[in-house]
Amino acid sequence: MNFFELRKAAANATMIVVTGAAALLTVGVLLFILGYLVWHGAQSLTWSFFTQLPAPVGETGGGMANAIVGSGKVLIIATLVGLPIGFLGGVYLSEYASAGAGFALRYVTDLLNGVPSIVIGIVAYALVVKRMGHFSTIAGGVALGIMMIPIAVRSTEEYLHAVPQMLREGGLALGRPKWRVIATVVIPAALSGIISGVMLDLARVAGETAPLLFTALNNQYWSTGWSQPTATLPVMIFTYAISPYPDWHRQAWAAGFILLMVVLAVNLTARLIFARKRIATGG
Amino acid sequence: MTPFTTERRPEMTTSPETYTHVTEPADPVAPIPGRTLTVSNLNFFYGESQALYDINLSFAAKAVTALIGPSGCGKSTFLRTLNRMNETVKRTRLEGHIALEGEDILKGDVNKVRRRIGMVFQRSNPFPMSIFANVAYGLDVNGLGRRGKIKEVVEESLVKAALWDEVKDKLHASAFGLSGGQQQRLCIARALAVRPEVLLMDEPCSALDPIATAKIEDLIFTLRKETTIIIVTHNLQQAARVSEHTAFFLLGRLVEFDTTMNMFGKPRVKETEDYVTGRFG
Amino acid sequence: MIRSGAIVQPTSPLGQEDKPKGLVARLRSGDQVARMIVLLAAGAIFLITAIIFSELVLESKLSRHQFGWRFLVTSTWDPVMGDFGALPFIYGTLVTSALALLMAVPLGVASAIFLSELAPRRLSDALTFLIELLAAVPSVLYGLLGIFVLVPFLQDHLVPPLQSLLGSLPIFSGAFYGVSYFSAGVVLSIMVVPFIVSVSREVLLAVPREQREASFALGASRWQTTRRVVWPNAARGIFGSVFLALARALGETMAVTMVIGNATRISTSILAPGYSIAAIIANEFTEATGDLYLSALIELGLVLFAVTFVVNGLARLLIVATIRRGHSAA
Repeated sequence: MNFFELRKAAANATMIVVTGAAALLTVGVLLFILGYLVWHGAQSLTWSFFTQLPAPVGETGGGMANAIVGSGKVLIIATLVGLPIGFLGGVYLSEYASAGAGFALRYVTDLLNGVPSIVIGIVAYALVVKRMGHFSTIAGGVALGIMMIPIAVRSTEEYLHAVPQMLREGGLALGRPKWRVIATVVIPAALSGIISGVMLDLARVAGETAPLLFTALNNQYWSTGWSQPTATLPVMIFTYAISPYPDWHRQAWAAGFILLMVVLAVNLTARLIFARKRIATGG
Repeated sequence: MTPFTTERRPEMTTSPETYTHVTEPADPVAPIPGRTLTVSNLNFFYGESQALYDINLSFAAKAVTALIGPSGCGKSTFLRTLNRMNETVKRTRLEGHIALEGEDILKGDVNKVRRRIGMVFQRSNPFPMSIFANVAYGLDVNGLGRRGKIKEVVEESLVKAALWDEVKDKLHASAFGLSGGQQQRLCIARALAVRPEVLLMDEPCSALDPIATAKIEDLIFTLRKETTIIIVTHNLQQAARVSEHTAFFLLGRLVEFDTTMNMFGKPRVKETEDYVTGRFG
Repeated sequence: MIRSGAIVQPTSPLGQEDKPKGLVARLRSGDQVARMIVLLAAGAIFLITAIIFSELVLESKLSRHQFGWRFLVTSTWDPVMGDFGALPFIYGTLVTSALALLMAVPLGVASAIFLSELAPRRLSDALTFLIELLAAVPSVLYGLLGIFVLVPFLQDHLVPPLQSLLGSLPIFSGAFYGVSYFSAGVVLSIMVVPFIVSVSREVLLAVPREQREASFALGASRWQTTRRVVWPNAARGIFGSVFLALARALGETMAVTMVIGNATRISTSILAPGYSIAAIIANEFTEATGDLYLSALIELGLVLFAVTFVVNGLARLLIVATIRRGHSAA
């Protein structure tokens, strides 16, 4: 081998090592993050976490029962707000929209997706909190619901689009109206994928903190109904983490563990189970 | 019996030593006079399934050999083993010997082999660079030639590929500005720039219109004086027009290998006759 | 679904003509209703986006009229006197994002290259799946790790040697209290690496196989092929992924808030505490006394909205252009 060839082989080998190290480092950081959160978080967990309300400031003990319920309530509102609009918008894009309208809607949806979550919180504050005169679960739900829309649209469209044209034509050739074909043939064919998309969407907004900071705010006690401020897991984690109390730090870790487990469980289920199911199209 | 005309090839070789395969030579890599590339007992596997079965043949130097056969018969797979392109796909296994001028090419540096055995692909695929940079690419990555020399070689290759006149004023323009046929000739020039001993062509005209195809067939005719050419084609008329020898593949096996005149005129195997007369395809 | 060879009689056109108004009109109205419903949903999306923009503009009016363009270049933040300027936060947002990209881009692009060009497919798919999982971790948890793991680590192990080596440089000068632009930058970089890896890898994989094969056929090595052929094909898309990461970093709130230090001033040293737009909104929104104060915070939100809008737009242009070119190249 002459000098050039040696250099060429050396450069090739070096770059494989360098890029491989980069990939390893990236994965290593991930594994560390997950591992630490799980290890430290699980250690900090107690039964009272699930059953008790937060203790008064400075006192040890107590739990985040209200935050867990509060997160659930906020997510329910978010789903009611974001899912119909997102899902139907996706149906529109895939089944009804012309090229121009489709382009415009996709553009706007991407735009909405790019809006920082804190800005959405500001808008939800202006639209809901100001009108109602106080912070509320509904305001938090609206904020998260708006955040859910773009991903719901995009994933619904993607999965509907993947349904073979043959299925639609089969239904239409029978004389069925278009909406019926969509509702009874196309959507069911794409359902598994759409569900996975919704799950991922939920998992994403479940962990959002910023939009809740001045919509749902926080609450030391149980939040009754829907129009009172409520504690939520992410906000509690934030509040406790930046506090000076070690017991609150411990509880922040515990809450972080729970949040992570839920988010990962939903994520993995969505990706490994629902997204994988393929609808057999037969002969 | 054959409807194919051979008027474009006035100087066909009919010497008796051109015809079939070498069966189990004593030394699988010994050079054979007049034959530049020899394949012995070649078996090829994709994972567990076998794609090529015991192929034995040798290619005449500075001549054109066509590989024909129905879709999926293995002719392209076989072609790609000749410059070890199959190694870019995982889980493939090659058994047997391939010798170029007596040297076993399956051992040793694959890059060196690929400089000696070049390839032109089915669809033109110029790099996102200027025309000049495309042709010079092989020289650059192998450290061949200094500045001045590279210019010469680029021009020479473009001339050989019958593209020089059309691009000499825009060598530094992007290769994407050329038409499909021009791009394919550019790819041929690119392959020729490293002065390969053998040029492999995998259905080079299948994506081109008849005029561009004719230009490339003329090119092949000229090139064979310097380079051994092996061309895979599904177009039987093309095979008859451009090649001196033809190999017929079926289901991963070499069925017959003979001069093109014989293959199309009086094939010895029934399947060959059926294929070239169009009874199946 | 029609599976067997059974012959199905479609509603004949003649049949429809027999009962023109009734059947057809009903069919049409069913479809009409459906069409209207989905159009409504689509319209709602336009409306919501428009409302976001208009609310930001409206609610920031007080502040905009008070300060005008000065707002963007003043560095006072004085709630007591009612004087507000965005500069420290714009500065902090830019600095932390720049730091994040500085660290994340080389790491992310190199990883993507390994995963798409050099690694065996199975390994690549598995590692990519894991890396994408990183993107699913909520931001507040990054903040948690930031406060309790990263900051002490930086304080005890990374910054002292760094400062002893480079402490004379203004960007590394001053006392290090853990919370800083630098800490925020590190956390941000970890958060955006998955985006860079994921999108870059997709872009690289979209480069047609034939391009690589032509390069190999000429005797090029894997690295030569990656650098000379694959990279030019994919470069635009990779830059797009970087812009995407930038947009994410600019808007990131919680993790930054928890480790940046909340100092409403500009410092040249990256080891000093600072502030970002998202962080100050998060911290002070509920404490804001007075309409001007709130309006100023909302104006900050408007600035953030505008910047991320531009960056996202650029990202989209670059990525779409590259993936489309990859598919259309013969």
